[in-house]
Amino acid sequence: MTTTTGTGTTRRPRLRPARALLHLTLCAGALVTLFPFLWLVRSALMEDGQIFAAPPEWVPAPFAWHNFSDALTARPFGRYFLNTLAIEAVVVPGVLLVGALSAFTFARLRWRGRDVVFAVLLSSLMLPYAVTLVPTFVGWQHLGLVGTWVPLTLPAWFGAGQMGAIFLMRQFFLGIPRELDDAAYVDGASPFTVFWRIVLPLSKPVLIVVGIFTFIAVWNDFLNPLIYLADTDRFTLALGLAGFQGSYTAQWGYLMAASTVVIAPIILLFFFAQRHILEGITLTGLKG
Amino acid sequence: MSTVSTPRPRRTRRPTGGLARMEQRWGVLLALPVVLGFLVFTIGPMLASFVISLTDWTIGGEVNWVGLDNYRQMFGDDALFGTSLRVTLSYTLMAVPLTLAVGFGVAMLLNRDVRGRGLFRVLYYLPVLVPSVASAVLWTWVYNPEFGLLNQLLRGAGLPTSRWIYDADTALPSLAIMAAWGFGNAAVIFLAGLQGVPRHLYEAIEMDGGGPWARFRYVTLPMMTPTIFYNLVMGLIATFQVFNEAYVMTQGGPDNATLFYNFYLYRTAFTEGRLGYASALAWVLFVVMVAVTALVFRSARRWVYYETGDGR
Repeated sequence: MTTTTGTGTTRRPRLRPARALLHLTLCAGALVTLFPFLWLVRSALMEDGQIFAAPPEWVPAPFAWHNFSDALTARPFGRYFLNTLAIEAVVVPGVLLVGALSAFTFARLRWRGRDVVFAVLLSSLMLPYAVTLVPTFVGWQHLGLVGTWVPLTLPAWFGAGQMGAIFLMRQFFLGIPRELDDAAYVDGASPFTVFWRIVLPLSKPVLIVVGIFTFIAVWNDFLNPLIYLADTDRFTLALGLAGFQGSYTAQWGYLMAASTVVIAPIILLFFFAQRHILEGITLTGLKG
Repeated sequence: MSTVSTPRPRRTRRPTGGLARMEQRWGVLLALPVVLGFLVFTIGPMLASFVISLTDWTIGGEVNWVGLDNYRQMFGDDALFGTSLRVTLSYTLMAVPLTLAVGFGVAMLLNRDVRGRGLFRVLYYLPVLVPSVASAVLWTWVYNPEFGLLNQLLRGAGLPTSRWIYDADTALPSLAIMAAWGFGNAAVIFLAGLQGVPRHLYEAIEMDGGGPWARFRYVTLPMMTPTIFYNLVMGLIATFQVFNEAYVMTQGGPDNATLFYNFYLYRTAFTEGRLGYASALAWVLFVVMVAVTALVFRSARRWVYYETGDGR
């Protein structure tokens, strides 16, 4: 309507005040979003007297670094950290290897019944976890494995609960030109060789995305450790933090310090891998 | 060199003979682990759960066949079942629209000619990554009636304070607000959707003299319905299964105001040890979720716009 720029493009002239208002709104939004983080860090670094000051103070004086050392020794958080990493070290490779192999067979091999099988597997995405919770627990109990990490790790090696990841990888594999496979088959390669030598090397982006998502999911998982772990020596970070909250109810400095320690690695990971993560989100969203 | 019995031009490969047989064999072989996992960890437990739901199995007690008694009890004289279902539904009705609306609004803003869009996207997304136990601990402190962030700010501004999660009336909305803190996930997906809206549609409507509202109403909104639909379904499925907040923050209280369905189920199964009844609860949740999802999918025919001939 009011196109005054002579270039005939679609871009309309933007009023400076409008643009300023837009940026102001976005900054205000970011501030609101980040406020709980500020609250977290400032509380983690304050002595009790200052935490409870009204009106609230924002700069710790003095910096109560001992909150961290106190909180982390009140409960064996170092142990929880290593436990969590140990579980990650089993689950993430499992999801990547078994998930990628399944995605490969569903995307690039032709066999009778393939699409039906895939559709049935995919339907498990809609299944509420509550439906399988009790019998799965009873089953592990019969095997005497409740209290160990087996229920938290082994299912991943059979793709259980990983259909989202498999779906994502399958979508990616579908986009790789088939001529590559065919050429290899003509040369006498086996499907596994095609998978290992051709498809996997071309799929680094999706493998990174799935690896990161799996890592985060394991890190954040609470219900499974809660149900399967009883011995504090085997606790994960999330479970340890919940237990800590239960017994240190009013010690906000400690609680916030411990929470910071649980959150920080994920935030750090995000800053290094944010492009992969955000692209992965959009991928799931637009292809779903 | 070639092991394929009938050499064919590469581009029109149609598996025949040896290659077809090899693909069939390998295909099934490579699918085995997942299929096995599906049988052992999904279908098996699912069926077992239904069978258990027909018994009065309690940990440590003997198991008796009770037919549909558990279901009868739920709909007959278990007030907590009704409460937990109501709590979960009203939470869903608050949290999902709120999160989607905020996410959509932010995505609309970010879709303008914004400097530092990447940075904003990262900042807005951060809360999504916070482990839910940690965010529950953090928000318990934010909502603390005496010294929490919110009441401190309200008091400072001379506004009335609230007891947030410690009052039966405000507990559920408080948790919905906390859920909306994670709007970043929806926002990122919405933003990608917005960037995929073809420019020529906007040009066309401008040519017809349409203003900003017309652009939104007749181009943006219809083109975004598939993305809205996706976020809605995902949001519903996740929100129906909320558990951690109730466990860490409220223990279902005050006065059962946050007795989420899955928290009630967890308590029934693992605190009271009533495995039979808990399994019946699980199956009812399953049926409710299937019904709601089916409803949403049916309604989609009326409001979700799919461009024909789009995509691959």
